[in-house]
Amino acid sequence: MSLIDVEKLTLQFRTDEGLITAVEDVSFSLAPGEVMGLVGESGSGKSVTAKALMKLNAANAVYDPATRITLHLDSGPVDVMSLKRPRDMEIVRGGAVSMIFQEPMASFAPAMTIGSQMVEQLLIHTNLSKRAARDLSIEMLDRVGISDAASRFNQYAFELSGGMRQRAMIAMALSTRPKLLIADEPTTALDVTIQAQVIDLMKDLVAEFGMGIIFITHDLGVVAQTADKVAVMYLGRMVEQGPVREVIRNPRHPYTRGLIDALPQLDDLDKPLMPVPGDIPSPLERPEGCVFHTRCTRIIGDICRTAVPGWADTGPDHRTACHLCHQDTAA
Amino acid sequence: MTEELLIETRELTVGFPIGGGLFNKKTLKAVDGISIGIPRGSFFGVVGESGSGKTTLGRALLNAVPITGGHATYDDGEVRYDLSTLSGAELKDYRKRAQLIFQDPYAALSPRMTVRDIIAEPLEVMGLTASREETDARVREIAAKCRLNLEHLRRFPHAFSGGQRQRISIARALVSGPRFVVADESVAALDVSIQADILNLLKTLQSELGLTYMFISHDLSVVAHSCDHVAVMYLGRIVESAPTRKLFAAPRHPYTKALFSAIPSLDPDDRGRAQKLEGEIPSPTNQPPGCKFHTRCPHATELCKTREPVLQVEGDQAVACHRWQELL
Repeated sequence: MSLIDVEKLTLQFRTDEGLITAVEDVSFSLAPGEVMGLVGESGSGKSVTAKALMKLNAANAVYDPATRITLHLDSGPVDVMSLKRPRDMEIVRGGAVSMIFQEPMASFAPAMTIGSQMVEQLLIHTNLSKRAARDLSIEMLDRVGISDAASRFNQYAFELSGGMRQRAMIAMALSTRPKLLIADEPTTALDVTIQAQVIDLMKDLVAEFGMGIIFITHDLGVVAQTADKVAVMYLGRMVEQGPVREVIRNPRHPYTRGLIDALPQLDDLDKPLMPVPGDIPSPLERPEGCVFHTRCTRIIGDICRTAVPGWADTGPDHRTACHLCHQDTAA
Repeated sequence: MTEELLIETRELTVGFPIGGGLFNKKTLKAVDGISIGIPRGSFFGVVGESGSGKTTLGRALLNAVPITGGHATYDDGEVRYDLSTLSGAELKDYRKRAQLIFQDPYAALSPRMTVRDIIAEPLEVMGLTASREETDARVREIAAKCRLNLEHLRRFPHAFSGGQRQRISIARALVSGPRFVVADESVAALDVSIQADILNLLKTLQSELGLTYMFISHDLSVVAHSCDHVAVMYLGRIVESAPTRKLFAAPRHPYTKALFSAIPSLDPDDRGRAQKLEGEIPSPTNQPPGCKFHTRCPHATELCKTREPVLQVEGDQAVACHRWQELL
């Protein structure tokens, strides 16, 4: 059984300039212990999608009534969209679902010690005593590879280095034993050597804790190293999803292909860099038809400009939202 | 070497005072005895983790932080300046010849100025044009080279995407007609799809305008694709320096090798084979004795802990490691 099912997630933001569509008709599900990479460039709606699972989007967010987000816990299914009171939302905000943010300096309160923040959330989400919460926090800090955890426990976020802060963030997110972990660009702000350490740590923790992870990143290399399956987003729509090997070796959507070609490869230095042409349209000017058609190099006709492409099966568990793939399947 | 050098440094050092008592002032050496030569017309890469001193090196060469030791010279064939003693009219002239492209195009552009005013500002501040018409002409010319529409010039930066903003900051840096451009992490904040576009633009502008770049980056794969020569920095020192192809074919320093293996591979079946570095870069205020890398080096010996290796130059390659030959 799946851990979380997202169906037809559509989300708009009410602004002075009108309603802005951030996410449109996104559906996916994740099994326990599975790692899904959510890939896309800035403005593709990947963070908004993840925050929707915790209902963390700003107050001007308008969810489409057709949106269904169901979290399957041992105690029974939870309909996330129906949660209204902050008390009820505790289950998706640190209880069964935890989140690691991109910039660890900005996510820790600067005037509280690391330890007091870790204990605070344990007291909210578990029945542990203060003493036990403290012991568990120190154990978790130790577990994520922070040396001298007991003294780090009493330090402030600014006293730690970037890599250490991100480890502390991971320790904090995992101390409540969440079923689902959302990691929003957890390694983007880190140096490559530290990124490699954090990726290794996260792999170990998945093996040990067996939770599902949604790993948001713009780096396909990081996805290849961590994820079991990948979903690619562009301008609020999911354009391709499938097992990581399938999508990376055999990308079917022109956008996924473009992202892979744009990556500088170390094994062939002579290969020219191929940017995806053009710029991402402003969300205020969402293109009609296929959202990618303004930058697509493989437009097959007016259909791309007028009709939103549906999903086409392009391999085992692999589907692509592109008219080109429908044409191939029909032929 | 017979190539003509645009920038040459000898034992360049940049130190910052960090407190201490009246009689035992402490300094933090962000750049510590660096000797490099940047040939005219080259795309010179500087790589390292945060805290390695790469940004400070770039700023020192632009005369934006005081040089506290050693020498640095600039020689473009027309003028020759000693960067450690530059002042007055010479410094003013140097500002025109050496420019910086910043990392974050969202922070580098004033939200209250139109794109035209942003690009024109250096011309006005440095008094390089005689009339408004001339300024406009120069702005239009450089904007076209950076692939900005004339219609864009009337708008404000908020209306642009990351890639377009970075093109605006490139246009601003190049409008004064510099010879030497320091690009400090200029593609780090951009999406991959745009990153390639900006790198290609920098290349095109280099050949059109005869620029010399110092390209500072933490991303080895980006450096591999754009630079002719790469210097790897660690804690204020150069640990390895070589032409890009040689460096990538056979890295010599254990730190360079570790940086390579830390790049996440695109192949999902190639997981975890990498030789990963333990620990983090030490604080520059509390530098280890001997080889600065020995605290994280998998091959460190007693010698490495006590004696600092010198940078051994061999043709166009250089490496600072006691054991590089046995580790090949």
